[in-house]
Amino acid sequence: MNAYVSAILQGAVLTVGVSIAALLVSVVLGLLGAGAKLSGRPVWVGMATAYTTIIRGIPDLVLMLLIFYGGTIGLNNALEWMGSEATVDINPFVAGVLTLGFIYGAYMTETFRGAMLSIPKGQAEAAWAFGFGPTQTFIRITAPQMVRYALPGFTNNWLVLIKATALVSLIGLQEMTYAAKQASAATRSPFVFFLFTAGLFLVYTTVSLAALRRLNARFSLGTKRGTL
Amino acid sequence: MKKLLLAITLGALGATAFAQGKDLKVAIDPTYEPFTYKVDGKPAGFDVDIANALCEQIKRKCVFVEQGWDSMIPGLMARKYDVIISSMSITDDRMKQIDFTDKYYNTPTRVVTKKDFKYTGPASLKGKKIGVLKASVQEKYALGELKTVGVDVVSYDAQDQVYLDIRAGRLDGTVADHVEVTGGFLSKPEGKDYELKGEELTMPKYFGYGAGIGLRKGQDALKTELNAAIKALRGNGVYKKINDKYFKFDVYGK
Amino acid sequence: MNFAVLFEAQNLALFGTGILTTLTLLLASLMVGAVMALVFALLLTGPWAPLRWLVGAYTYVIRGTPLLIQVYLIYYGLGQLEWIQARWDSLWPWTHFKDPFFCALLAFALNTAGYTAEMLAGAIRETSAGEIEAAQAYGMSRFQVMLRIVLPSALRRTLPAYSNEVVMMLHATSLASAVPSLVDVTAAASSIYATYYLPFEAYLAAAAIYLVASFCLIGLFKLGERRFLAYLAPRTH
Repeated sequence: MNAYVSAILQGAVLTVGVSIAALLVSVVLGLLGAGAKLSGRPVWVGMATAYTTIIRGIPDLVLMLLIFYGGTIGLNNALEWMGSEATVDINPFVAGVLTLGFIYGAYMTETFRGAMLSIPKGQAEAAWAFGFGPTQTFIRITAPQMVRYALPGFTNNWLVLIKATALVSLIGLQEMTYAAKQASAATRSPFVFFLFTAGLFLVYTTVSLAALRRLNARFSLGTKRGTL
Repeated sequence: MKKLLLAITLGALGATAFAQGKDLKVAIDPTYEPFTYKVDGKPAGFDVDIANALCEQIKRKCVFVEQGWDSMIPGLMARKYDVIISSMSITDDRMKQIDFTDKYYNTPTRVVTKKDFKYTGPASLKGKKIGVLKASVQEKYALGELKTVGVDVVSYDAQDQVYLDIRAGRLDGTVADHVEVTGGFLSKPEGKDYELKGEELTMPKYFGYGAGIGLRKGQDALKTELNAAIKALRGNGVYKKINDKYFKFDVYGK
Repeated sequence: MNFAVLFEAQNLALFGTGILTTLTLLLASLMVGAVMALVFALLLTGPWAPLRWLVGAYTYVIRGTPLLIQVYLIYYGLGQLEWIQARWDSLWPWTHFKDPFFCALLAFALNTAGYTAEMLAGAIRETSAGEIEAAQAYGMSRFQVMLRIVLPSALRRTLPAYSNEVVMMLHATSLASAVPSLVDVTAAASSIYATYYLPFEAYLAAAAIYLVASFCLIGLFKLGERRFLAYLAPRTH
């Protein structure tokens, strides 16, 4: 029993790792995507729209299987075509992180785009009047305000991302869900192990929610809420 | 141009692993007691012990990689590991995709159902639910001989999940390797109402020629090395020692 | 790239079965889930504190754990419990737990009920106070206020968020492939991959099917919004 519990706990560490790494990738992609959509140039807008529409129209699992199984073979074929003898092995961790980051980048794009659109235009115009360049405007004026507007959507995406990491078990990454499945089949006690894993996920989401609530409070300092 | 692309790609792939060196990456599916399973979280079983003995013989270090059964061969072709030592049967179909060494054991397949069930052949299972392992030779047999006479064949990702559902009452039986089902199910408390039925199934058309080590095509040097190692193990008594640790008979078979 | 294989008769049939299973699962779990969600939402905004707490805990757990674990818990986990196992050959409704389709349906329905209940409860809570006061001034009982004023308005306002939830559910049905013997679109693609070793072709086909289905659903909801939320549309004249 004990070995299985420790396997699940080790898997929990992997779960946290995959989710945080995927979050970073998705935030970067989200910022790039939102920037592209808001840039106004048809090429960028078109590409970003295609990205968000297609990614949000396909299940996470199918994308993961496509990238993991198809990607490795495709990459090795490409390397062969380029004349190399080297072999590449996309391990499940990298495949999971890239896929999840790629998928949630699309959702983050929409969140960030909505957040950027919520900032009154006057702010950016005033910055320009002061002579701030586009990067400076973004870092000092737009981004801090965007964080406050983006937080609800960001929290939502993060919570969904945490739960989506369970899917990476289906491509063989030995995170919590994988360990629980193996343990339950070997000991013939699925209820116990899956309940335990569900509990661990609940702890993870609760802690995240509490942390993000505090973040929200911090970023909302100084804003007034209308009393009904 | 191609060289430039190659350089950029290899550089960009820093995060992924390159297969090389003295380690021999061995794929196992640790859900197949007593051949491949886990004890205290570590790989154990007949296949694992044979693999370790072979590695010692060819003077390389065995690194075990866990893999789901139905993606064993694709994983090998995608170069995730070098060999498969996980009770994989040598069949003509599989030999179209990969190469095999000589066999290292050979055991027949049996049908397993409840003790009070009157089994008289595939047709007597009509309407019953039989669980099999996806992408295994037993699944091939079940789809070829049982499904065609009206048996409900259900495929699972791992053999021990079949036992889980038998225990849960969702299945009426299974078609599995004789030794594996004895060690992994019948000898456990949950298997007390079940027994082996019918005769030993060994048709090469479905079950092939015994379990061998799977490798990619074109690796003749490794294949010769491993074949020599298997012969050596049979000769110097190491095989017998490992065999006797798990079984009361010689599992090498005919 | 060998797409021709996908169009062979037995593979098309496999995908056909997959599409049928996916759509059946989707519609059935949405219907059952919607009914449960309505009940839960009313309990969440109702006057009985213990029930509010109970349903709140339920939605919290559903929204805090992955759907995959919920599916495993219901399919494998419930099968382990002795008091269900002993009865499921004889006693209804336990007989249904043997069936993988039923287990998947239950898991999906419970999941969508949890999310939709919270959405609906939020919309109910945000009903304009003036409308409720006016209804109470007319002498309507709590039940009448709910039935005639609050619910029609809340259901309409949940529509945009619900459309999101329906598309999410379509994607969630791909997890039915984790239950043995259920052949949905993803399982069909996996089966073709396992037989012919063509991951790209198989999963691209599955992705295309889901994409088309998602677009159809979103289109349907846009039509629905135009009809039910016409009063919120920007004025054209």
